[in-house]
Amino acid sequence: MATMVQAIRMALHYGEQNLGVEHIFGEDVGPPLGGAFTATQGLTKNWHSPLDERGIVGAAIGLGFANVRCVAEIQFCDYIFNTIDLLKLGGMSTWATNGDWPSPFTIMTPVGAGIRGSIYHSHSFDAMMTHIPGFKIVMPSNALDAFGLMLACLKDQNPTMYLMPKALLRVDGDEQIQGEPPLTPEGKKQLKEMIDAPLGDRSQWKAKWPNLVDPNIELSKGKIVHEGNQVTVVTYGRHVLIARDVARELAKEGISVEVIDLRTLWPYDWSMISKSISKTKRVIFVNEDTEVTNFGEHLLRRTVEEHFYDLHARPRLIAGAFVPGIGLSDNLESASVPQASDIMNACREIVAEQP
Amino acid sequence: MKFKLEPKKLIQIHDLMIKSRVLEERLIRMYKQNDGYFWIGGPGEEAFSVPLGLQVNKGMGLDHDFLHLHYRSSPIMLSMGAEPIDSMRQMKNVASDPYSGGRNFANHYSKREWNVVPVTSTIETQYLTAIGTGIAQTKKGCKGITIVNGGDSGTAEGDFASALVWSSRPMMPLPMLMIVTNNGMGISTPYCNQFGGDTISARGNAFKIKNQTINGNDVEESYFAIQAAMKYVREERKPFLLEAKVSRLYGHSSASGANFVPGDVDSLDVFEKQLEEAKILTRAQMEKVRENYNSQMQEQAKQVKVEPMPSGDTIYDHVYYGQKGRYW
Repeated sequence: MATMVQAIRMALHYGEQNLGVEHIFGEDVGPPLGGAFTATQGLTKNWHSPLDERGIVGAAIGLGFANVRCVAEIQFCDYIFNTIDLLKLGGMSTWATNGDWPSPFTIMTPVGAGIRGSIYHSHSFDAMMTHIPGFKIVMPSNALDAFGLMLACLKDQNPTMYLMPKALLRVDGDEQIQGEPPLTPEGKKQLKEMIDAPLGDRSQWKAKWPNLVDPNIELSKGKIVHEGNQVTVVTYGRHVLIARDVARELAKEGISVEVIDLRTLWPYDWSMISKSISKTKRVIFVNEDTEVTNFGEHLLRRTVEEHFYDLHARPRLIAGAFVPGIGLSDNLESASVPQASDIMNACREIVAEQP
Repeated sequence: MKFKLEPKKLIQIHDLMIKSRVLEERLIRMYKQNDGYFWIGGPGEEAFSVPLGLQVNKGMGLDHDFLHLHYRSSPIMLSMGAEPIDSMRQMKNVASDPYSGGRNFANHYSKREWNVVPVTSTIETQYLTAIGTGIAQTKKGCKGITIVNGGDSGTAEGDFASALVWSSRPMMPLPMLMIVTNNGMGISTPYCNQFGGDTISARGNAFKIKNQTINGNDVEESYFAIQAAMKYVREERKPFLLEAKVSRLYGHSSASGANFVPGDVDSLDVFEKQLEEAKILTRAQMEKVRENYNSQMQEQAKQVKVEPMPSGDTIYDHVYYGQKGRYW
């Protein structure tokens, strides 16, 4: 019953052991802390970088050129915005050289609201990132996917952006990562003792890693997390859990909702989305980034272009308010990003709409 | 004039300096004849860049030198063995351009088999990617070093400071030779108006980085300074900051007209006078070298002119490594 952040940590350990990861770095990423969210605790190839996001991203690109596998962490995505030109460079090296250079490196960064992180610890980055060609971009919604998607990134020959939904980092997984202790309270305690650093002096502490197995999750493959036939909800990250709960609730009212967890934002699983829309004839895209030039708008455009005559109701986008930041007060944060009630109401409305 | 280098080496350097100059003049001509959209290059930096290119440990992988170059580096590439016709292909944006397949400006080199990472138009970002190959080359037993070059104006970017910070950390010093070719101008902005220090290399002192400023218009001074700096970086696995004062003979780029600007020292003129005085080459021999390259490159430009352009339907190719066609 690993939490998402424990799953990420185990994936990085697996990467060190089996996938040639030689450098894991970022601000406070080395021991003893192992990252602001502890995603790198107990590893062996992790080290502190200077407090310099441009240096971190540039170093990752350079390590990719050297074909030395690395994972670089930007502590919060709110601080990645001053590296946009570098992300452009990282994403274009293969294309700009007409295919000469592979560019294997992974950047991970926590994204989104949900922990009352105020204006500068709550930004989303999926809208911005999906404007940068050349990267493969993932965002897990559970511990098993967090593990498997990280391994998929570490096996890829291209730049990969691993977006960590920070509100889910402490959430327990409900599917077993093969090799981790059993999904029981005892198993959870056992894993904590194995891989969570103790409080106080950690200088002599070493993690005891479980013998993990790669679930071989493929990039660009979505997952249907709740089957339905009246409306499709396409989402990713923490809104997968919210949408799934909504689907379960609406099932009691007789409304059948299909929830797709996109998992890879780019290149995304259009085949799965398209098939589901063909079945339900209704679709809602949900994410928490700001609503103007939102990634969901692209999905809406493609839906209209390819499924216009299939649709029984206008497609919708539920996204974050187009405001400069996320307000700290409970009411302000709730008003900034999509809530369960927004998804529920939209589902009821769209199902009621008849052609 | 008494040289320290062997005559054979001096003749090789002279040959490559002329080759580089003739290439740049050919590229400018191509641009002005509508056989290219934009010229930017390095005429005026030959006395420094040829000795640099000749001393690179060329090859692929960590045991060879990584080069993070800017767009004035044709003398370095030619000295490493690049063919002038390939630069013309990039200028003309034809499909056979080996550096970008017609996707990028002239002098934006990229050659994986020589560890030459893609040259970018973004000023100073090469000092950041150099950190990465520098880190990779901290591996025990690694023989290669990381070489990065850029101009004087770009050192105002924070990315230059990042390279100084990262390369000199006590926990992980990096084998990086950081080079600044200081031509005193940024497009039309005089450097002396923007920098209050004496030398750029002195910025290394704040980080205890060994550093030096040299006359990059002098072949031998450049050759031996590069040799010593490379030896230090290669053996000590620590950074070195080398500033070379050079000339900019044809302005910044197309942006400033790409015309010859009189007044700056021409290192090729200086070197040729020295060679003549030392009786290593006669004026006639030197003229012959120039004539030969002029006629060779004129023919090559004609050849490039009729080579096919890339097809528009290749636009989606290589967004990802090994991928072709539209993928989404």
